[in-house]
Amino acid sequence: MNSSAPGESATREAAAALTGVETAARSLENAAHEPISGITGAQSLVRSLEAVGVDVVFGIPGGAILPAYDPLFDSKVRHVLVRHEQGAGHAATGYAQATGRVGVCMATSGPGATNLVTPLADAHMDSVPVVAITGQVPSGAIGTDAFQEADIRGITMPITKHNFLVTDAREIPQRIAEAFHLAATGRPGPVLVDIPKDVLQATTDFTWPPRLDLPGYKPTTRPHGKQVREAAALIAAARRPVLYVGGGVLKAQATAELAELAALTGAPVVTTLMARGAFPDSDPQHLGMPGMHGTVAAVTALQKADLLVALGARFDDRVTGQLSSFAPEALVVHADIDPAEIGKNRKADVPIVGDARETIAELVAAVRAEHEAGRTPDLTAWWTQLDSWRQTYPLGYDWPEDGALSPQYVIERLGALAGPDAIYAAGVGQHQMWAAQFIKYEKPGTWLNSGGLGTMGYAVPAAMGAKYGRPDTTVWAIDGDGCFQMTNQELATCAIEGIPVKVAVINNGNLGMVRQWQTLFYEGRYSNTRLHARNEDGSPKPVRIPDFVALAEALGCVGLRCESKDDVDAVIQKAMAIDDAPVVIDFVVGSDAQVWPMVAAGASNDDILAARDVRPVFGDGQV
Amino acid sequence: MTRHTLSVLVENKSGVLARVSALFSRRGFNIESLAVGPTENPDLSRMTIVVDADAQPLEQITKQLNKLIEVIKIVELESVAAVQRELLLVKVRAPMADRTQVLQTAELFRAHVIDVNTDTVTLEATGTPDKLQALLAVLAPLGIKEMAQSGTVALGRGPRSMSGAGTLRPVDRTA
Repeated sequence: MNSSAPGESATREAAAALTGVETAARSLENAAHEPISGITGAQSLVRSLEAVGVDVVFGIPGGAILPAYDPLFDSKVRHVLVRHEQGAGHAATGYAQATGRVGVCMATSGPGATNLVTPLADAHMDSVPVVAITGQVPSGAIGTDAFQEADIRGITMPITKHNFLVTDAREIPQRIAEAFHLAATGRPGPVLVDIPKDVLQATTDFTWPPRLDLPGYKPTTRPHGKQVREAAALIAAARRPVLYVGGGVLKAQATAELAELAALTGAPVVTTLMARGAFPDSDPQHLGMPGMHGTVAAVTALQKADLLVALGARFDDRVTGQLSSFAPEALVVHADIDPAEIGKNRKADVPIVGDARETIAELVAAVRAEHEAGRTPDLTAWWTQLDSWRQTYPLGYDWPEDGALSPQYVIERLGALAGPDAIYAAGVGQHQMWAAQFIKYEKPGTWLNSGGLGTMGYAVPAAMGAKYGRPDTTVWAIDGDGCFQMTNQELATCAIEGIPVKVAVINNGNLGMVRQWQTLFYEGRYSNTRLHARNEDGSPKPVRIPDFVALAEALGCVGLRCESKDDVDAVIQKAMAIDDAPVVIDFVVGSDAQVWPMVAAGASNDDILAARDVRPVFGDGQV
Repeated sequence: MTRHTLSVLVENKSGVLARVSALFSRRGFNIESLAVGPTENPDLSRMTIVVDADAQPLEQITKQLNKLIEVIKIVELESVAAVQRELLLVKVRAPMADRTQVLQTAELFRAHVIDVNTDTVTLEATGTPDKLQALLAVLAPLGIKEMAQSGTVALGRGPRSMSGAGTLRPVDRTA
């Protein structure tokens, strides 16, 4: 087998066929450059980044990557100097999720590179197109435990889509082009390119576009016609169908096609945590989010369905609960661009491998053909049932008994005032779930969060990256006080670089989600979840450590505080009026609020609790 | 669980073996044996991987392997439609009194003597894992001093090949 020619044409076909993720790599086909000789590897790297269409790199220089920073100084590629490499990685992720383009981060060898591990794992779990460029110790020193040496290629093998160690400066343009192509096409994901210092310093030639040599990479984007027709036949025959929509629909920019499919079938839609915004929350066919903290209607619709149409979703344990009792009566149509997701957790009756946009467009045509042949299902009884669940068990919350501010109210008001055009980036925990529940998402790319890895500290740097990529859009980070203390130093970056994000710290003085589990499953023994200063008897001290308003101001931001319901709207409006600096609002809220509904970890979705000790009663067997 | 032999063509690049073996360990798949070597094409290597798995996990294994960028093609070689061999080197205690028995055993199993001294004889044998097991069982009472055994290597029977014209059908990529 010739290892280059067939693979090359296949990858180019794949790139041409890919209609979803906007790929910067695509531009390399059109933009030929005059060959340049006698430049350094570092110059070749920066020229490659320019040629591939990069507009910003988030990073921090250091010894091994230093040669690259010299030509970067003169480049049209902007570099945002972050305060910690984790911030660079999440910023690249936030940028990618908000824009659909590939996010780029850069770090030096050793600790710089290992600090990228968490955001790379995060981007890998959530299929975000990111390219990380790391410096490495000089080739001759690799393997000697040299200063700031870490085998970052070995370390990141399981948490990247692919990674490269560049051993020859002549390879640099090709590896960069391949990295962007891999990151953006097929199932997107992070790709790391590790470049030793001597390779950056070597003299080399630059030619563009380079040849891609990826003979083993041929993502299937076009769905199989027979499978699509079988799926359409099941949809036309189902009496209790649900469209189970995952993040792949957003990655493929398939929301228009999804809206068409939903309207055509009349089927209920649920959007997973990664897919919030893929279908308007205001649409009456939308039942909300499924899963551990999903709506009763969404969770129960999946449980009672006779057909699940999974689109770019992966049957994650947070959605299915106990797998053996998940959706027991449902046939499954599973469409995903990654064949390994199909049948991984739940057997698929009709598997469809392909890009979500192409797949849904073809499903629309096939379902329409079923309807024209007179096969139009009657979903009236199903909707009667769904509506009754929706009306009986709406999302809601109680105000804290001690008169403290309700965190859910704060988030609900923030969503109402900032509106559906703003971008919301959440950390991980209670505030994330409330932000997924109580903000109404209408548009794709407006909800950013760490879904798969559950990375605390994601919000502030991701918001920074999103704001950089979409400067005309209001970007709110909704963070917990625990998360905020992990990555708030990037607010200094935002202040200095002119990236005016807004941060709502939902400050309950605790690691709230862990505390909730301690309340529910550990008899209220709050081991190491209190973040606020306290006396020996556990009562809170009247001192703020840290004082988030003072901290915000120390970081060059405007700091505001809100402690009562009456002030919530006014403080949000005050923050919205400030557009020339980052703003942090310290919302001091009650510590006992809980996220409901809830399916306990490992429990069956049949055992969802609408609120503590409130088990919904389902009219079984009525549809 | 049943035993499956996967023949995997991969790009001949550094780090590919690490990627494949790390994939097996992190997804909790068990490798029974693994052999890597060159192919007729210098750009490609062949990994022959024997796994113990049921049908569903085997499907996940092949799908996850296919996702590795440097994996070109995977074919499952069914035992009836493939030739499979392992190589065994075994050093057996063979004082003059027992030597005849060792040599007769070697002959029965078509093993070759590749090293001799006053105390031991080293045999080389190839065959299916079953045959080599049988040989070892016969030699064990005589005293096995040391042994080294390769993983299985295998090729499909008949005129077809994995990479040439009329190729063997790859394990289904598309679910």
